[in-house]
Amino acid sequence: MSGSSAMASEAGPLATSADPATMPSATGTSNEVKTVEVDSHTINFGPQHPAAHGVLRLILEMKGEMVERADPHIGLLHRGTEKLVEYKTYLQAMPYMDRLDYVSPMCMEHSWVLAVERLLHIEKDVPERARVIRTMFAELTRILNHLLNVTTYALDCGAITPALWGFEQREHLLEFYEAAGGSHYHVNYFRPGGVARDLPADLPGRIATWAAQFPKFLDDLEGLLTNNRIFKQRTVDIGVMTAEQAMEWGFSGPCLRASGVPWDLRKAQPYEIYDQLDFDIPVGRQGDCYDRYLIRIMEMRQSLRMVEQCLGRLKPGPIKILDNKIVPPKRGEMKRSMESLIHHFKLYTEGFHVPEGATYTVTEAPKGEFGMYLVADGTNRPYRCKVRAPGFAHLQAMEVLSKGHMLADAVAIIGSLDIVFGEIDR
Amino acid sequence: MDGFLASPIGILAITVAQTLALLVPVLIAVAYLTLAERKVLAAMQLRRGPNVVGPFGLLQPFADALKMLMKETIIPSGANRVLFILAPMLLFMLAMIAWAVIPVQDGWAIADINVGILYLFAVSSLGVYGIIIAGWASNSKYAFLGALRSAAQMVSYEVSIGFVIVTVLLCVGSLNLSDVVRAQERVWFFIPLFPMFIIFFISALAETNRAPFDLPEGESELVAGFFVEYSSMSFALFFLGEYANMILMSALTTILFLGGWYPPVHVVPFTWIPGFVWFALKIALLLFVFIWVRATFPRYRYDQLMRLGWKVFLPFSLVWLVLTAAVLKLTGWLPA
Repeated sequence: MSGSSAMASEAGPLATSADPATMPSATGTSNEVKTVEVDSHTINFGPQHPAAHGVLRLILEMKGEMVERADPHIGLLHRGTEKLVEYKTYLQAMPYMDRLDYVSPMCMEHSWVLAVERLLHIEKDVPERARVIRTMFAELTRILNHLLNVTTYALDCGAITPALWGFEQREHLLEFYEAAGGSHYHVNYFRPGGVARDLPADLPGRIATWAAQFPKFLDDLEGLLTNNRIFKQRTVDIGVMTAEQAMEWGFSGPCLRASGVPWDLRKAQPYEIYDQLDFDIPVGRQGDCYDRYLIRIMEMRQSLRMVEQCLGRLKPGPIKILDNKIVPPKRGEMKRSMESLIHHFKLYTEGFHVPEGATYTVTEAPKGEFGMYLVADGTNRPYRCKVRAPGFAHLQAMEVLSKGHMLADAVAIIGSLDIVFGEIDR
Repeated sequence: MDGFLASPIGILAITVAQTLALLVPVLIAVAYLTLAERKVLAAMQLRRGPNVVGPFGLLQPFADALKMLMKETIIPSGANRVLFILAPMLLFMLAMIAWAVIPVQDGWAIADINVGILYLFAVSSLGVYGIIIAGWASNSKYAFLGALRSAAQMVSYEVSIGFVIVTVLLCVGSLNLSDVVRAQERVWFFIPLFPMFIIFFISALAETNRAPFDLPEGESELVAGFFVEYSSMSFALFFLGEYANMILMSALTTILFLGGWYPPVHVVPFTWIPGFVWFALKIALLLFVFIWVRATFPRYRYDQLMRLGWKVFLPFSLVWLVLTAAVLKLTGWLPA
């Protein structure tokens, strides 16, 4: 570090003042202490900040209320999921997926399950009922995620009521989770080859009742926000991302579609039963915070359409493949058949072996493209697992999105990007 | 007895008694306003609100007060200790002394002075000092940003509030608050001066740092803004001061536009109810709107708020002031 203030301002004040490698160290040999004029106002936004959406640490260099530089720091929720998964069997790794994007657990399971099925070459054998259930819950999860995002985003803009209204609806959805998988949140319901267990008999009816009242709730929510002049003033033309920029920054999901790119994996590379469902992909035009909000609201309506179609397609039938090398046999059969007992024992001690191969399986999670790169080496554990989290790409655009905006806009931008640290830090 | 009451000590005793008779209800109202806000917000947000402490949660304010008292007062190491402690006291004191001129009923003002409005205006403008001092003395960036926002905000809204008050004064011909109310015996001013009533109410929201203008304490941006470093009683004083100011601004709105202590119509069942009850009811109505607004609207951004103040309210209130003056002059309704 040369230390002259002219050079310091060229290099950026943070680089000269906060980088420990270049700081004149107090304990070092150099006694020369150089004073650097730092003209900006650095704010440590988070990790303990009400709008940090978990554990985001954002170093904001401010000029008054204007953001000059936004530097997101990640890693505060790093749990080493990818490495941990290498030491688990394919089935034991399932619960870790729930905890990636913890506001849309089943969509995280979905990528894992599809990847393992592809490695096992059983993706064509999954029974119809299991596919319908998985699609339905993936769409319920999308609503679950968007409800949380839209309402907390409004909360970031200062509107407190949508959050509390939204949480009531989320509670209904979580009850469906509980009814299906036995757990309120980290439900661990999907399985390679189907789902863990069949739905309770009354659940489709309950979901239908809920689906009937949900449009009314969405209308009420929109009544508070969509045409609210203050909300529009806070979000229109804030954090604009053009279509080219969005693709360059690796955006996907609602954030990409808000910029005007009609790209949705459910249409572009249909998986499960999406090619048989009738739904539209809402696409924005401006790529600003308001469009990202609108896209999510419209996606909820589309997801609701899909849930209703799935309910109509729900026919009785098996919910897992019949290969007992992969899915455990029925309990009753275990009492009668020696082979089933052996299958059960093998599955619950060493799990199933997956043939050598690699796959990059990607699904349209609520936040964007959630990819699972999985390498199998023929054993019962994955050789390597790499998760492609959409939020990671979105967060890195924080700098370009918020530059020149005000502090309050930076908060709105974070809200509109739908950032969850479970998947970013993994 | 008359001799004692006329003596200096007697006058002092009467003033103290009057002050207590006014401030104790005000403080109780402040305490229950916090509960009312939580209950009303809860109802609007489909939840229950405080309902555990006492019947319907009625003892909640006391539980909160007790909790606040028992907390440790933390003074940040970089803070200016004297100013840090002084700021909440200043804010709370100003919120209290303003009540001296408020006429609760005909003749029921502790100090029925002829410059009542100017006094109120001066006191409410001084309130910003408490916030700036708090933000500066905390030696925290969030608090400092909050203080700066608050200073800018209060200045921009007091200008338009000033014009609104001048408009009312033109119609009254006196600065005395009791006279302002008496001038509305037949028609309350919010009918002829409706746009000014709206501007005044919105400015009152900004003046008291309430949503959608709660920028100085904007939770999602500045965490808690100017009082982010405060705890225990010093925090409680800010809190009480804010709610006392809400009641004060509602009282002022009632006096200026909603006919103070007068009933809506001068017919029998209404005239039986004493004036201070009408006064309190009107304040309660306005406070409900304060809370309603908070539940409904997102927060303005700093520059948008300034734009609203300087580019919308200021020109509009100025034009309306000139218009009112012209109408009064041409029709000969100008009070002597």
